[in-house]
Amino acid sequence: MNGTRALALHLGVLALLLALHFLAPSYHHTNIARIMVLAIYAMGYNIAFGYTGLLSLGHALLFGAGLYGAGLLVYHADAHATLALIAGVLAGGALAFAVGLLALRTAGVAFMIVTLMFAQAGYLTILYFGSYTRGDEGIVIPRAARMLGSLDLSDDGTRYLVALTLFAIALLCNLALVRSPFGRVMVAMRENEERSRMLGYNPFTVKLAALTVSGLYSGLSGAAYGLMFGYVGAGLASVQYSILPMLYVLLGGAGTVLGPFLGALLMFYLIDYASSVTDAHQFVTGAALVLLVLFAPKGILGTIRARAGARGAEWLP
Amino acid sequence: MSNKLITPNPSRRAVLGGIAAGGALLTTGLGARFAQAQSSAPIKLGFQLHRTGIGASYGRWYERTATAALKVLNDAGGINGRPVEILFEDDGTDPKRGAEVVEKFATQHKCDIGFGTLFSHVVMGSAPRAGELKLPYFVVSEGHHVASGALNRWTLQPGITDVKSQVLSMAPWVLQNLGKKVTMVFPDYAFGHDHRDYFTQAVQANGGEVIAQVAIPPTETTFTRYFPKIPRETEVLYHVMVGPAVLTFVKELGEFYGTGARPEIFGFIDSLEAVNIASPGLEFLEGTHFWEGHPRYLQEGASEAELAYRAAVGVDDTGASVSDPADVATYAHMFSVWETLFAVKAGMEAAGYQGPDDRQKFVEAMEAIAAFDEGAEHPQGPKVFNGKTHQAFGLQSISKVEGGKLKRVHQTTMEDGFYPDEVDYTTMSF
Repeated sequence: MNGTRALALHLGVLALLLALHFLAPSYHHTNIARIMVLAIYAMGYNIAFGYTGLLSLGHALLFGAGLYGAGLLVYHADAHATLALIAGVLAGGALAFAVGLLALRTAGVAFMIVTLMFAQAGYLTILYFGSYTRGDEGIVIPRAARMLGSLDLSDDGTRYLVALTLFAIALLCNLALVRSPFGRVMVAMRENEERSRMLGYNPFTVKLAALTVSGLYSGLSGAAYGLMFGYVGAGLASVQYSILPMLYVLLGGAGTVLGPFLGALLMFYLIDYASSVTDAHQFVTGAALVLLVLFAPKGILGTIRARAGARGAEWLP
Repeated sequence: MSNKLITPNPSRRAVLGGIAAGGALLTTGLGARFAQAQSSAPIKLGFQLHRTGIGASYGRWYERTATAALKVLNDAGGINGRPVEILFEDDGTDPKRGAEVVEKFATQHKCDIGFGTLFSHVVMGSAPRAGELKLPYFVVSEGHHVASGALNRWTLQPGITDVKSQVLSMAPWVLQNLGKKVTMVFPDYAFGHDHRDYFTQAVQANGGEVIAQVAIPPTETTFTRYFPKIPRETEVLYHVMVGPAVLTFVKELGEFYGTGARPEIFGFIDSLEAVNIASPGLEFLEGTHFWEGHPRYLQEGASEAELAYRAAVGVDDTGASVSDPADVATYAHMFSVWETLFAVKAGMEAAGYQGPDDRQKFVEAMEAIAAFDEGAEHPQGPKVFNGKTHQAFGLQSISKVEGGKLKRVHQTTMEDGFYPDEVDYTTMSF
C-alpha cells in the first residue's frame, strides 16, 4: 500500500513535469530542464550522503568526469553523442570506484577532506592539460555534435524531453534502489555501521557500491549537462560544484528520493529571484540555509516526513 | 540585480514611476526627440554583469561605464529614434549562471541583445545558448575565442582587440627596446595560455627567445616560490596576472627583486587593474613598462573625445574615481563597454532595426561594418572591424612608469595587430 502511494507520488511528479513542457513559459521551461539535469547530480549525491552517510566534498570530480568524459570524446574524437553520454556515465562510476577504494579507508571528517583533495586534484588536472581541455575557459561543443540519435539537443523542446526522460529513469531507479534490500543496507550503514557489520555486512563493500552508483548518477548529470547546454569547462568541476549538490540535498531533504529535485528547484529560483532584487543575493541564499539548518535540519521533505510521520506520512521514501 | 526602466508586469510603484517619468519626458522635450521613431518602445539591452565573483572589480566599473554611455546615447536620441534601456543582471562570473542570464535576457526580459561579458569562461559558457536563442551577443572579453571560430554567428566582439592581436602588435617594440631573452610569468589557465602561445610566437618571429615560461596555478595566493624560477640571464620579464591576488603578485615580485639589479619588466596592466600604482611596496615598478588598452593616466594632448569620456565615466586624471581617489578604475579595459554600445547603435541603425524579428538583419549589418572612427563614440581610438571573424582591431599603448605615473611611450599601428583570418562566420548559418 505504502509502496503504491510512493510510486504514485513520483509518477505524479513526472506527469507534472511533462505537463510543464506544454505549459511553462519559455524562460521557466529552460530552467526546469537544467534543474532536472542538476537534480540527477543531487540524487547521486543523496545516495552517498543521504542514504549511506558518506559526507563527500569531492563530487565535483565525478560530475566533471561525466562532463569531460563526454565532452572530450565529442570534441576531439568526433564521437557520437550517445556514445559520449554512455562514456560520461561510466567515467563518473569508474572514478567514484577508484576514489572510493582509497577514500573509504577513512570516515567522517577525514573522508570529507580526502574527497575534497581528490576533487581539487581533478580540477587542477583539467587545468594542467589545458591544451586538450582549454582549462578554465573550456570548450564549446558544436551544435552539430549534439545529436542524440535524431534528437537535436540544442533544440529547447527536445532538450526538455530528453532531460525529463533521463530524470525519470534516474528518479525511478533511485526509488527502486532505496526500497530494495541493498537500499536498506545502505541506510543501515548510515545509522549504525558497527551493528551492520555484526549482522554480516561488509561496510567497505556496501559503501563502495553506493559511492559507485553515486558516481554513475553524477557522471550522467555531467555528461548530459555538457551535451545539452554545449559547454564543458573546468569551472563546472571546481569546489563550488561539490557544495551545490550538498545544498540541494540539505534543502530538499537528505534521505528522501524527491528531496534533491525539490532542493535544486528551490535553490535555483532562490538565487534567480534574489539576484533580481538585491546585489546581496549570496547573503540571502546563505541566510536561507542558516534558517534551514536551525529550524528544519532534515530539509523540507525530511521535516515533513518526520512531523507528519505520526499521521501516516512515514511512507515517503 | 536588474536595473530596469519598465517591467513586464508593472507594479503600482512602477506605474506611478512611469507616470512621473512620462511627465518628465513631456516637460523636458524628450518625448518629442524620440517621437519620429516607428515605435517609441525602448530597445532593451541585457548587460551580463560580473557584479560578484572573480570579475567583480571589473564589473563595478563596467556597470558605471555602461550607465554613462547609455545616458550619452539617449541624450543624443537613442537608436533609430527610440530610447534605450539596459538591464543589468549579475552572472557571478560563473559560466553556468552566465548561460542562465542569457536565457533570462532572451526569454524573460525579451531583450534585443545581450552584451558586456568580460571573463572568457563566462563567454564560452554563455555563447552557445545565445546562438541557440538567436540572441545577438556582444562580448568584451579580449579572448581569442571569437576570432578563432570557437563560437557562433550570433557572437561578436566589436569593442576591444583580442589578446592575440595585442601581443603580436607589441612584441616588436618589446624586443627592440627592452631585450631579446624573455621570461614569461602568466596564470596557468586559458587566458594565460593565449599570452604564452601568441607572445612566444611573436618573440620568435622577431628574433627573440622565450627562455622560460612560469605558469602560476589560479588557486595560488602567494607567489614567492615561483619567482626563483626566473633565469638570471632574463633580459625582459613579461608578466600578466588577473584575479583578486594581483596586488599580492606585484608586491611579492617587488620583494623578490628588492633594490638590486633586475631585468626590464613588461607587464600587462591586468596585473595592476583597479590597483593604485602608488600602493606601498610598488615603488619598484618605477621604470617598468605596461601594456594598456587605454591609458589610465590622462596623457598630454588627449583628444576632446577622451576628455569627454573620462568625465562621463567619472574618472580623474590619475585613473581613479572622481568621488573616491582610492577607487581605481579598470580604465585600460572598460572603454570596450562604451564602444560596444555605440557599435550596436551603428549596426542597428544600418539595419533599420525595429525589434527581435530584425536580429538576423542586425547581425548581417554588423558584419558589413568595416571600421569605427575615433571620436566621442570610440574614444580609445579608431577600430577596424573584421566582419568575417567578428573581431575588432585597435591601437595598443605601451606605457612607462615615470614619477609614479604611467606615461605612454609607444602606440602600435593598426597593421601591427593584424593576423590571417581563422574563421569566416558569414558562411555559417544562423
